[in-house]
Amino acid sequence: MCDKPVLYYFNGRGRMESVRWLLTAAKVQFDEVLLTTRDQYLKLLDSGDLMFQQVPMVEIDGMKLVQTRAILNYIAEKYSLQGKDLKDRAMVKMYSEGVMDLNEMIMMLPWIPDPKAKLEEIEKKANERYLPVFEKALTGPVFLVGGKLSCADVYLLECTLMLEEKFAGILADFPNLKSFQGRMLQNDAIKEFVKPGSQRKPQPDDVYVKTVLEIFNMKT
Amino acid sequence: MSEKPVLYYFNARGKMETIRWLLTVAEVDFDEVFLTSRDQYLKLLENGDLLFQQVPMVEIDGMKLVQTRAILNYIAEKYNLHGKDLKDRAMIDMYSEGVKDLNEMIIMLIMSPDPKAKLEEIEKKAKERYLPVFEKALTGPVFLVGGKLSCADVYLLECTLMLEEKFAGILADFPNLKSFQGRMLQNDAIKEFVKPGSQRKPQPDDVYVKTVLEIFNMKT
Repeated sequence: MCDKPVLYYFNGRGRMESVRWLLTAAKVQFDEVLLTTRDQYLKLLDSGDLMFQQVPMVEIDGMKLVQTRAILNYIAEKYSLQGKDLKDRAMVKMYSEGVMDLNEMIMMLPWIPDPKAKLEEIEKKANERYLPVFEKALTGPVFLVGGKLSCADVYLLECTLMLEEKFAGILADFPNLKSFQGRMLQNDAIKEFVKPGSQRKPQPDDVYVKTVLEIFNMKT
Repeated sequence: MSEKPVLYYFNARGKMETIRWLLTVAEVDFDEVFLTSRDQYLKLLENGDLLFQQVPMVEIDGMKLVQTRAILNYIAEKYNLHGKDLKDRAMIDMYSEGVKDLNEMIIMLIMSPDPKAKLEEIEKKAKERYLPVFEKALTGPVFLVGGKLSCADVYLLECTLMLEEKFAGILADFPNLKSFQGRMLQNDAIKEFVKPGSQRKPQPDDVYVKTVLEIFNMKT
């Protein structure tokens, strides 16, 4: 029996957005339960469905998976997006973790009282530490590792789009990355995902921050 | 040709300690290069050996692996400490990531301006969020997943020992965890590793903090 995975999270990007991207690239349809009230969250906690009392949580193949990387690893392996052998998997993981470090900085922005300094730090790190690595890796190859699409490509695409939302011309000095982005956006599933009205979530705003703070009973 | 892996890091636990634990349990001898000066670090950077300009870095099987999770995943998969199938791996990843979240809090303590408040938070989260999960998982089973030793067991052992260093009696309410710890400490390689004089590193101190700040040219 093959039910659609169900994603439990807030109605925003946060830590679930990479999961949405990966399922999309794997061409797996999914449903979502969007947490909007504290009561809803407390009910979920009481049900014992959140192993460490946290979301993201994904119901998939009879399991209630938590921990973003556990979820992503499962999807990547199940749908053959994690590399064909041990060594390719090491490269995929290295690139993925680097991208995730950068994505994490962007994700934390709405929660920082003075985002200006953080934005500068992100731009600097992107330009000096991360983007040059991927620019080099994509000199020639169409995908990051092993000549085939992997989760690392998906996370990198997501990251470049989020960077451009903050720093419009950031890929100007990275032509290989710009081409890579263009190629990835030709993928049918991804093309649909970036259109308005898809399950892709918009950038976080004050409403999102307010909702999350309310759900966790935290002061603004 | 099978050379020993070489670990590049500070002479301290930090993000490398879990890797030392995992190699030990996998019964893999390893060498270490300790970063003690800024010049040494700058040389490593100039060599291009640090993909994202960061340590930990492990030279293994002809690769210079960076990113803690990429390194751990490679070792776990290579030495069959990563579960027998996809579903076992999902459980291992979930448990591992939960333990890592807790370990991360302990690792960051030494860098915290207010360690007292942070210590209280760690004790609370350990007792309410994390330890009960593992106590339950070890009701009956000898190992966390699939009836065999996995990296999740190793990370959990490391974590319980670090918790006891901070909160001496913390496992008093968790008898399954105490038994689990006792069983794991019977393992020959682990037994040697916890003896003084092994490659296991002591708790971080001010000398460690000072060294790290100097190496990264940061103000105290």
